[in-house]
Amino acid sequence: MSTQPTAPTGAEPTHFAFDAESEQQIAVILAKYPPERKASGVLPLLYVVQKQMGRQTGSAWIPRIAMDVVAERLEMAPIRVYEVATFYLMFNTKPIGRYHLQVCTTTSCWLRGSDDVTAACKKATGIKAFGETSTDGLFTLTEVECLGACANAPILQVDDDYYEDLDGPRTLELIEALKRGERPTPGPTIDRLNSAPAGGRRVLVDETAAKPQGQG
Amino acid sequence: MVKVTVDGIVVDVAPGSSALQACEAAGKEIPRFCYHERLSVAGNCRMCLVEVSGGRKPVASCGFPIANGMQIFTDTEVVRRARRAVMEFLLINHPLDCPICDQGGECDLQDQAFGYGADHSRYRENKRAVTDKYLGPLVKTVMTRCIQCTRCIRFSTEVAGVQELGGVSRGENLEITNYVEKALTSELSGNLIDICPVGALTSQPYAFSARPWELKRTDSIDVCDAVGTNIVMQARGASVLRIVPRINDEVNEEWLADKGRFVVDGFRRRRLDRPWVRVEGKLQPASWADAFSLIATRLKGVPGARIGAIAGDMCDAESLMALKDLMGMLGSPNIDCRQDGARYDTSRRDFYTFNTGIAGIDEADALLIVGSIPRQEAPVLNARIRRRFVDAGRGKFSIAMIGAPNADPTYTADVLGEGPDTLAKLAAGELPFAEVLANAKNPMIIVGHGALTRPDGQAIAKACWDLAVQAGAIRPDWHGFNVLHTAASRMAGLDLGLVPGPQGRDVAGMLKGGVDVLWLMGADEFAVHDIGPDTFVIYQGHHGDAGAARADVILPGVLYAEKPGTYTNTEGRVQRAFRAVMPPGDAREDWRILRAFSEVAGRKLPYDTIEALRTRMAQAHPAYGQAEHARPGAADTTAPQAGSVTVAATPFHPVIADYYLTHAVCRASPTMETCSGIYVRPATEAAE
Amino acid sequence: MLQDKDRIFTNLYGQGDWTLAGARARGDWDGTAEILARGRDAIIGEMKASGLRGRGGAGFPTGVKWSFMPRKNDGRPHYLVINGDESEPGTCKDREILRHDPHKLVESALIASFAMGAHAAYIYIRGEFYNEAMHLQHAIDEAYEAGLIGRNACGSGWDFDFYIHRGAGAYICGEETALLESLEGKKGQPRMKPPFPAAMGLYGCPTTVNNVESIAVSATILRRGAAWFAGLGRPNNAGSKLMAISGHVNTPCVFEEELGVPMREIIEKHGGGVRGGWDNLLAVIPGGCSVPMLPRDVCESVLMDYDSLRAEGSGLGTGCMIVMDKSTDIIAAIARFSKFFKHESCGQCTPCREGTGWMMRIMERMVEGRAEIEEIDMLEQVTRQVEGHTICALGDAAAWPIQGLIRRFRPVMEERIHAYKAAHGGGRPVQVPTGLVEAAE
Repeated sequence: MSTQPTAPTGAEPTHFAFDAESEQQIAVILAKYPPERKASGVLPLLYVVQKQMGRQTGSAWIPRIAMDVVAERLEMAPIRVYEVATFYLMFNTKPIGRYHLQVCTTTSCWLRGSDDVTAACKKATGIKAFGETSTDGLFTLTEVECLGACANAPILQVDDDYYEDLDGPRTLELIEALKRGERPTPGPTIDRLNSAPAGGRRVLVDETAAKPQGQG
Repeated sequence: MVKVTVDGIVVDVAPGSSALQACEAAGKEIPRFCYHERLSVAGNCRMCLVEVSGGRKPVASCGFPIANGMQIFTDTEVVRRARRAVMEFLLINHPLDCPICDQGGECDLQDQAFGYGADHSRYRENKRAVTDKYLGPLVKTVMTRCIQCTRCIRFSTEVAGVQELGGVSRGENLEITNYVEKALTSELSGNLIDICPVGALTSQPYAFSARPWELKRTDSIDVCDAVGTNIVMQARGASVLRIVPRINDEVNEEWLADKGRFVVDGFRRRRLDRPWVRVEGKLQPASWADAFSLIATRLKGVPGARIGAIAGDMCDAESLMALKDLMGMLGSPNIDCRQDGARYDTSRRDFYTFNTGIAGIDEADALLIVGSIPRQEAPVLNARIRRRFVDAGRGKFSIAMIGAPNADPTYTADVLGEGPDTLAKLAAGELPFAEVLANAKNPMIIVGHGALTRPDGQAIAKACWDLAVQAGAIRPDWHGFNVLHTAASRMAGLDLGLVPGPQGRDVAGMLKGGVDVLWLMGADEFAVHDIGPDTFVIYQGHHGDAGAARADVILPGVLYAEKPGTYTNTEGRVQRAFRAVMPPGDAREDWRILRAFSEVAGRKLPYDTIEALRTRMAQAHPAYGQAEHARPGAADTTAPQAGSVTVAATPFHPVIADYYLTHAVCRASPTMETCSGIYVRPATEAAE
Repeated sequence: MLQDKDRIFTNLYGQGDWTLAGARARGDWDGTAEILARGRDAIIGEMKASGLRGRGGAGFPTGVKWSFMPRKNDGRPHYLVINGDESEPGTCKDREILRHDPHKLVESALIASFAMGAHAAYIYIRGEFYNEAMHLQHAIDEAYEAGLIGRNACGSGWDFDFYIHRGAGAYICGEETALLESLEGKKGQPRMKPPFPAAMGLYGCPTTVNNVESIAVSATILRRGAAWFAGLGRPNNAGSKLMAISGHVNTPCVFEEELGVPMREIIEKHGGGVRGGWDNLLAVIPGGCSVPMLPRDVCESVLMDYDSLRAEGSGLGTGCMIVMDKSTDIIAAIARFSKFFKHESCGQCTPCREGTGWMMRIMERMVEGRAEIEEIDMLEQVTRQVEGHTICALGDAAAWPIQGLIRRFRPVMEERIHAYKAAHGGGRPVQVPTGLVEAAE
């Protein structure tokens, strides 16, 4: 049952180098931290790697060779980067599909039907279990913990975007749209303004209250 | 001092101490797994929980700072329950495979389960299994046994200075690993075995060899380098099965270098266990009497000036003394313990000693290393340098090296240059490091055998001494001039006068027909092939190596494990080792061989017992009569003689080509051979 | 109940413009330099007087926390670190600040940093809040551009830099010292305390870690006065707070409400009532999954504030409640939390690393009823063995929901076990590995 989170042999590329776009991002990132505290840049740089892999290969993941590159850039021992890359679960240490479907199944979402969302994801993608990638390589389905948008439960996060207030049918629609290459607007999938109650705001209705509030 | 009450006992402890240290001061034993005196505090095993007055919940005593008037309770119901709880948690996923575990009998988990474990398990779920990791040929892993105490991570990061071990993943999936299937690159990796409180990291070569309670333990001294690491030989029957370090805070703390630990499987291989004599070009077994009479016959009529002796790097002081005396009896001035051709001014002991002392490194605030790679030549001493470097903090212990541009010393060291010309620049104040030396309160200069084995070795030593004087490092209260030896026998050899006498020949002078009869005592590390074809060679030693192959007569001597002996480490510390096992076959203690032969030769050495011999050693050098080792200061700043060769500009070369194969015993060790194949040869081949 | 005129977060739903122009129109960045001109002590004094307690869950008085920062500078920089690692199940309030009122946070961060002698602040935002972080970054860029932060922020003479650091999927980084470890580029493993962050925090420097909301309200408090804020809520439970309702209500939402309002009123007003009516209510978890749940009879009368909920053996936590109606499999609901904590344990301390997995596995069996009656007591004991024995509070948080379940719903658990035994052949011991049971069925 050991879960050594390494990529299957054969998947690991033999080479990784930051591209120009990544280099630009790295310059911004490293300016945030004191020069002798470069290691602070490890999380952001791993993101940079993951995004670059997504751009270049269609699979946003972090090969070990890239961890070594990050270690060298940040003057860290490689093992310290391996530790970080495997501790934080948003880093994919194995290749994933083009779209990363992340279903929140924690209690708030579960109470409002995350099981239906999961079932719809499996149905639409043919994936049998969490952690798998669809045979067409388009989707990886991951079970995630609370996404912190519980008032809009249940939630499916696709890559960086939250799709909220889902049910089975709307999840199917969403995935079909993704298959067509569309990116539906993130946010509530029902008639609702962000986290305001469905059916309209009950507070912040007094127009004068939204005016500047002076001192005292 | 801070006053703390532990279970009603009032103790005074140093400010900044932890609750655990206070408990120990009060004589209370606190169970622990992750805590280790010589590593940083992790506080993660939670076994050392105690109650503290005013606290809501029990605290981890290892990391809890004491305060004046604090009351600590180590034996309350809350504490006992907490410890039992932690023990239960540690055991639920532990395989409990103690019957087939090499750690059995010396396992912290086993021992503490005895005190805090339950009589049955309440855990009915499936147990966790963890994939074993490859850490190289020395450390065997059974990771399912791991309790994630992280001692190994902290050891390798903090002490060994190689950041290769870590904990990947999280929660119950947390695994100790190097993540890549690669051997650990530390000369101190064997200490992971000692530091692991359970059977997760055990000795690969020793696997399934013995149970600890079967082993007879004998105090000894490691002779694989000149640190004088205190060790325990653990033997069953006639075989030493393993070597582990013994605590000596002044020398090795509790570490042991890998060579000193794993060389043990070379002890019984390629042994010379009976006398041999060469008959018509072929070595034939012989009796002691025949061998002796053959030598005596050969020596007849040979003048002293045509007889020579070379002593090897692992000899005990007793046999060195006996060899020296025998050569004296035979009228020979040709004796040398410097197989590597090193040059020293031996007129004063502090000219060839690591005067600051190993523990003295803790007080140094600047260090210059000249012609030495301490990481290979003395790994344990190097760990001390590293610790000082880490403890001192950024910029408080500056280290510079001359030579060894590509070595990773495990600490930050500026490479100032590659040859002795850099010394002149330093002396002239041309390099910024000159200022560091000048401003340091306790500067140290280490001169190694990469410098001393050159023809200009003595001149370099003098230059280093002068630099030390210039930096104010030679004072009655601080001696900053240090020679780092690599041969365990060298200090005693120099102390007891195993250098050529007046008109005597050194090693090079005895080769190529320089002498007619050459007595080699454990000497294999010189140009054996250059011995003159007509020179009659006596090889006295324990392993069939280069020297024995050239010998006309072989006298089987014994290993350091098989004899009581005295060894002097690089800092001049005289230490005793005891006999752990009996020698194989007809092999005899070396000084006894010399003593016995002297009788056959009609020039009987004047001691019949080792005590008498030791009295003779004390006469030869006062250090051998003193009970305590005193770190030398220096009242006299007079420099050593520079010798006749002036300093050349050529770069320093490392003295150790292959750390794992530096002497006859490791060349007989399959483990060392494997290590060489994994660590050294690929690098050498890549370089070529 | 809170009136609109007293609301701090006036763009909570993003109904207006969240960028600088909109924020200014709502009164943000108004007279910031004058607030700074009052000086460090006056600002901290005002914050203390406002009675603001930490909005992240622990409820420690914010002004007092700020005052822990060393007065004298010993050469080490000071840091403000804002905890935006909102990950506690049920909690979704800081997200609204980040995406809809980011300037409140930037302005308050400047003021708070000034008050604690910090020239730099980092906000640690959970990695999943990618778009939210983009909004905040936009606001930061606008503020730099407008001279509101950066060198001589707002013309106050104070230099201030504000940086976003994104997490990457680890709940434990919401624990303040784990957050600092993570910000330093390490695994998010909580540190032992002491030393506390005010003495040795980020990069070994004096540091204060505050929740997003605690910081974001401070500019408004200082602008409108401590008395105004303290006048809201109840004594020792001052002010208004962002809350959320999720789960089985008709209209889950996020809202700002005064402390000390009856929970039932809140559920009725903001949540549109419990699905199927109040009588259909089973239990409420009042402030994120780490606080024990309350059964309906308690919810009937309890007030939503720190002290009232504590008196009922629970806590306000993050103020974000999870409502469960009678259709809920309460054992499964809590088992899901056990899975959460097992998943989020950093693995450092023995009791948490081993205990969270053990608790989860027993809970999984309890959901099926595949257990023995005695195991309920054993489970309770295991939770007690984890609780209070770890470096951080995650172990406690993992223990409490189970303890709450056993305390309030033990008969349900027993019934489940009996039902399983009845269906699977009576009194034989249940200890068969899951896989084998499935194979046999």
